[in-house]
Amino acid sequence: MADVLVTTDWVAQHAKDANVRIVEVDVDTTSYDQGHIPGAVGWNWTTELCDTLVRDIIPLRKLEDLLGKSGVDNNTTIVLYGDNNNWFAAWAFWQLKMYGHKDVRIMDGGRKKWLAESRELSTDKPATGVKTYKANEPDVSLRAFLPDVQQASAQKKAALVDVRSPAEFTGEILAPPGLPETCQRGGHIPGAKSIPWGKNCNDDGTFKSVDELKKLYADQGIKGDGPIIAYCRIGERSSLTWFVLKHLLGFQNVKNYDGSWTEWGNLVGAPVEKP
Amino acid sequence: MKAEGYAKRRQPLGGWDVEIETYQVGDIFYCTINNVDPGARFARAEGSTREEAESKALEKAEKYIKQTRRFPTS
Repeated sequence: MADVLVTTDWVAQHAKDANVRIVEVDVDTTSYDQGHIPGAVGWNWTTELCDTLVRDIIPLRKLEDLLGKSGVDNNTTIVLYGDNNNWFAAWAFWQLKMYGHKDVRIMDGGRKKWLAESRELSTDKPATGVKTYKANEPDVSLRAFLPDVQQASAQKKAALVDVRSPAEFTGEILAPPGLPETCQRGGHIPGAKSIPWGKNCNDDGTFKSVDELKKLYADQGIKGDGPIIAYCRIGERSSLTWFVLKHLLGFQNVKNYDGSWTEWGNLVGAPVEKP
Repeated sequence: MKAEGYAKRRQPLGGWDVEIETYQVGDIFYCTINNVDPGARFARAEGSTREEAESKALEKAEKYIKQTRRFPTS
């Protein structure tokens, strides 16, 4: 298993180690309060992992405060997990890597696997103490901005991977069924390949083997020999695919386009491909 | 405290396939509903029985999923 993935067994054994901090990050921000891994802290992606004024990743000082009050210093091993197959755990992972945290991992299978295995839960918030955290300036080589994506699409400078569902990719729907529509147009960025995020995972939420993942992407011509940009609707599903490509497959040049379809699908005059 | 009786199943709802996940923690039953593709959670509820939690979650899910519009793809 890659050094960025840990099993539920590993977490059960190490959750209370002094140098380990378990963190739950869910799509449904109420899940943590229902019961979480004993000793885990909870981060709310809607308020704590972003800039709440402008649309952006978490600002540096805010990240330092969040980590410090979570009992994390620069040498802590952070293990992230969450619901929806770790969508927002991957979102947190991507941001922590942008800010240079060395040892951050994801619990394979996430909250679903922990619950399905009937493992211990707690509703207590842990007394972590406060530590001092010093973040690096963000490494923007891990992030794609609109001009990067426009250039990639127009000049075929990078492989664009659309990780949304096929119905979102074709423009049949503007958002996942049951969720609010957040764009004006449906379809995909011209030249993008459809490789839905769910193809990375087994039914129990764990990641597929490296050989299976390599084949999945190689079959679409993505072999890690050139730049890759992953996108979805708001950037969390594509964080998961970014994690797979960058950290499980070891591809060097992979960016997450967190503007994603909520940016592209709302731009006046942006080219859109259907189906 | 542990999650007990974790179960999931799939069924159609409003023209879409959804996954219904239920479990019990302490005295409370929880139900969450995901769309199968792409797998996003969009409704949840709790209750004093599994049936109550599921019924409440399904009621919300049906309301939300009815708002999903289909567009021509060409």
